[in-house]
Amino acid sequence: MTLVIFWLFAAVAIAAALMCITRRSAVASALWLVTTLFSLAGLFVLLDAQFIAALQVLVYAGAIMVLFLFVIMLLNLGRQTATDMRGWPGRLVALALGLLLVTELWVLSRVPVLAQIQLPAGTLRQVTEAHGVVSVISGPLFRTYLVPFEVTSMLLLAAIIGAVVLAKRRV
Amino acid sequence: MLLGPSLAVSAILFSLGVAGVLLRRNVIIIFMCIELMLNAVNLTFIALAQQLGPDGQVIVFFVMAVAAAEAAVGLAIIIAIYRHKQTLDVQNINLLRG
Repeated sequence: MTLVIFWLFAAVAIAAALMCITRRSAVASALWLVTTLFSLAGLFVLLDAQFIAALQVLVYAGAIMVLFLFVIMLLNLGRQTATDMRGWPGRLVALALGLLLVTELWVLSRVPVLAQIQLPAGTLRQVTEAHGVVSVISGPLFRTYLVPFEVTSMLLLAAIIGAVVLAKRRV
Repeated sequence: MLLGPSLAVSAILFSLGVAGVLLRRNVIIIFMCIELMLNAVNLTFIALAQQLGPDGQVIVFFVMAVAAAEAAVGLAIIIAIYRHKQTLDVQNINLLRG
């Protein structure tokens, strides 16, 4: 049953990603990308990452994609008359490189994870049931990864200032 | 149990993102393909976190923060380029080409 739902979400994600890279209009592309991101949130729930799934919907499908649509609207890119796909040589190169990459990654995904570093099956689910969905993430985040967490806040501050300076009319 | 299928789906999504970057010339769509690649990597992290402990989920949290910062700055740069050049086609943005 889980496997059926998994492949359902996976099929929607892959189909929507395919539509995203082939649609002519930037708005249509963005909306197909939102579909992919929602399906990925579904996959995250199946992989015992409920909190990350909620973040995915809030941050990616919500905030980041609204930012994209806002910029598309601001630059008035709704109607594209000509396609912006590359010509046939470019398409063949993209197809060849894409197939090569997917084969490489497919072979790599067949390599089994080392048994020594692997937790017993179902450990993450037990920890989640014992401590709650959020505390599974917040525990390591505020203990092991405290310094990276603080550096992230500096990064976001720099991004805010950078975006304001770049988008200002006269610097 | 779901590790193998997840890694395969992630591989396909990442390759679609790469193909999109190579295929399209609209800089906004190239940017969206980069977001698609970031999400494929997130799926890998989440799938491996199920086997190796919750640290992978923390990394996904950081990836999301970096992606948000990248989107904000990148879109600001795109607006600045459009204001300067009146185009978003990467073939016309070739100031650094030799």
